[in-house]
Parts: sequence; structure tokens; C-alpha cells
Amino acid sequence: MRSVLAPPRRLTRALGWSALAALALNTWWGLWLSPPDVVQGQFVRMLYVHPAVATMCYAGFGLCALASVAWLLPRLRSPRWDRLAVAGAEVGAVFCAATLITGSIWGRASWGVWWTWDARLTLTAILFALSLGYLALRRAVSNPQSRAFVSSLVALLMALTVVVDHYATDWFVTLHQGETLPVPSPTVHGWQLATMLVSFFAFALVFAWLVVHRYRLEALEERYDSEAFTLALQARRSEGEGVQPPPHVVKIAPEPAGQGQDRQPVEVPSR
Amino acid sequence: MWRDALLVAGKDLRIEGRAKVALNQVGPYALVVLLLFGFAFDEDRPLLENAAPGLFWVAVLFSGLLAVQRSFSLESSDGAVDGLRLSRLDPAGVFLGKAAAVALQLVVLEILLTLGIVVLFHTELSGAALLAVSGVVSTVGVATAGVAYAALSMGLRVRETLLPLLLAPVLAPIVLAATEAWRSALHLSTDDGWRWLVLLGCFAAVYLAGGVLSFGSLMEET
Repeated sequence: MRSVLAPPRRLTRALGWSALAALALNTWWGLWLSPPDVVQGQFVRMLYVHPAVATMCYAGFGLCALASVAWLLPRLRSPRWDRLAVAGAEVGAVFCAATLITGSIWGRASWGVWWTWDARLTLTAILFALSLGYLALRRAVSNPQSRAFVSSLVALLMALTVVVDHYATDWFVTLHQGETLPVPSPTVHGWQLATMLVSFFAFALVFAWLVVHRYRLEALEERYDSEAFTLALQARRSEGEGVQPPPHVVKIAPEPAGQGQDRQPVEVPSR
Repeated sequence: MWRDALLVAGKDLRIEGRAKVALNQVGPYALVVLLLFGFAFDEDRPLLENAAPGLFWVAVLFSGLLAVQRSFSLESSDGAVDGLRLSRLDPAGVFLGKAAAVALQLVVLEILLTLGIVVLFHTELSGAALLAVSGVVSTVGVATAGVAYAALSMGLRVRETLLPLLLAPVLAPIVLAATEAWRSALHLSTDDGWRWLVLLGCFAAVYLAGGVLSFGSLMEET
């Protein structure tokens, strides 16, 4: 798993550039090559953003739930799963917000209103609120073990909401259309189908790039939390002994609370 | 487990009976919420009558949040929660007991609020069976989800603000289904209210099972 989630920087950069290139291709095909729709006219171009973004939202929360289940299983328990869970949830929340915004714009064009109390829309809004709660809960709990445990429980509930949200168009009478690409006989063809597939590919690359970076950030935050105190002690001891602390200690060690403004910055000799 | 549940429910209800916080503060607060809805929709009387079930359940949601927070603030003070952890009570029993105490307070509150919507919003009661059954099932859902989430946020410094953020989206399906069931019972919609009751039952069962299974670990971890 380490090789997948902590790939070499060169590979991550390549992933980022590929995502950008795929997004550019999606924009070109979506805005210029794909023809307007007979019924929806130019607004059909939302088809090349909204379904892909919504799918990535589900993927984010699904990833979060799977990683949470892995963390809850004693045999698999590892901080890596918790990092992956928060990465999935945060990226999922971003895509969920994008889903609501793009859906609202499309709704205004198709239905004449920005918002309607439809089961799919309402459940997506609830999912977004749940994800905000999940992220707020993670910020509130300082103990890593407790944080991972309580957030795993909330993640399972989010996964349940994702399932209900996905099948909402089948289970309830909704204004929102059903599945966009029913397999094996999709309802869109030609350039529209090709552009839509490109959009899924492009947003999947963006999703993967964001998850990898968020995972790295979480690992760095954990390292900072665990090492900051030791480094601060090292820095203060060095000051007391009149020895210049190593540059990496000065860079990382936090200022003591309330003293930061009165203190002179420590001069670090250049190497 | 059931014995422990009765013990905890009896303890919480005795404390409430002595402190009368639910009676003196939560009940009046719920009525004030109804009055505020009245002020907000006063110019549109038919809308108020039509929206009465929804306003009722939103008032229950707000009051339920207060009742749940009160239930766990009792345990937070003087380290009472440590006593609860160290006691040999079954965690599932503690969960059921606390949920039962909150549910009982909510039932009393709902009776009060029902009188409130009859007097203030001119709601004519009908479909008593559906009203009562959906009311009880919704109360179970609100109380179980509320107690589980309150346990989850119990040890946190920001629990007063975090709990509503966590709980409101979780209770949204309950409020939605209960509102629709009541609208059907009150002949305000043509939907089959018993179908909404099935949905309510599913959510209440999930929250109840989730709370029973996770409460022990939640008490240990938070």
C-alpha cells in the first residue's frame, strides 16, 4: 500500500500533469467537438462535468468507508488506513460541494429552479453536511486512536447515505434523472458518450492526485505532532547551552504559546 | 442488560424529576420555537396549517438536541462518567437506559407540542394510530441516534457546537419521514403514510443497533 499511496514525486507530478491534460481534453471535446443536444441544447455540456464529479464524490466517501472498516478490523489496524480515510473524506467533500453546485446550475437550466426538494438532491445535501461533521469531528479529537475510532463510525454512516443516495432515483419518485450510463445500453452515443468517458477519466485522475497529496499531508501532520515537542525541547536546550540548534530543529520547532512576538528570531547560519 | 437499562433510565429520570430542567426549560423552549414559526408564517395561514407537521418535527429535533445534551452533561460533571465506566453495568444497557430516559422526555414534549400545533396552528387531529406509531418510532430514532452521538462527542471541548452539526444531518431522514407520515395521517397529503413508517422503522433500527453495538467502545475511547 505504501508504494501506491506514497509514490515517488516524479510519478505524482506525472499524475498531476496527466490530470491537467485530461481536463483540457475534456474541456475541448465538451465545449467544441460535442454537438448540442436536441432537447437540452447547450446545457447538455453539464453532462461532461456533473456525473463525473458526483461519481468522484461517491468514490471519496466509499474510499473513506473502506479505509475505516480496515482500521476497525484489529488484524488490519494501521495509521495508514486512518490517513487514507481522511484523504477520501476530504476529497469526497470537495467533490460533493462541486456536485451540489454543478447540479444546481444544471437544475436551473433544466427545471427552472436552483434547488428542489427532490430525494436525490436532499440526500446529497445531507451527505455534504455529514462530511462537514466528519471533518469537524476529526479536528476536535486530539488523541489519534480515539479520532480514528469515532471518525470510522461516522464514516460508516456516510457510506450508508451514499448507498441510499445512489439508489434514491430507483426507490423514490424523483425529478432527478436515473442512471446516466446504464450498462450495457447507454442512453448517450457518439461524441457525447466519448466526451463523457473522457470526463470520468479526467476527474478520476484529479481525484487520485488529490488523495495522494492529502494522504502525504496527513502523514506530515502526524509527524509534526509526534516530533514537534521533542524538537522544541531540543531547540530550547540548545539555547540554554548557548549552542546553535541544527537548522531543521529551528525550522520545525514551534514557538512557545504567547511568547512568539517577544522573541527574536534565531539566526540560522547558511550551510 | 435490561436490568441495567432500567437502572440507568430510572437514575436519569429521577435526576430530571428533581432538577426539572426538561419541564422548566426544554418544554417552554419548544413552545417558543412553535410561536416563532407562527410569527414567521402568520400572514400565510393556509401555509402554516399545511406545514404544521414539519414545523412540529423541527421543534422536536431542536428540543431533542437539548435533551440529549442535558443527558450527557449530567455525566460530564464531577467525573460521573468515570463512575459509569468503572461500574460493571453492561454498556448496551447504559445506552438503552439513557436512550429510554431521553425518549420518555421527548414523548412528554411531543404531547405538549401536539397541543401547541392544535391551538396555535389550528391543526385538526386525525389518523390517531399512524400519528401515535410514527411518533413513537421517530422518538426512538431521535433518542438512540442522539445518545450515540452525544457519547461520541462527550469528552470534547467543542461538544456543544459539534453535536448539533453531527446530529442534525443524521436526524434529517427521521424528520423527513416522520413529517410525511404525519402529513398523511392529518390528510394533508395523498401519500401512503404507512410506507413512510417503514422507512422510519429502518432508520430507527439502524440507529438502535449501531448504538447498542458501539456504545461500549465509545465510552472507552472518548
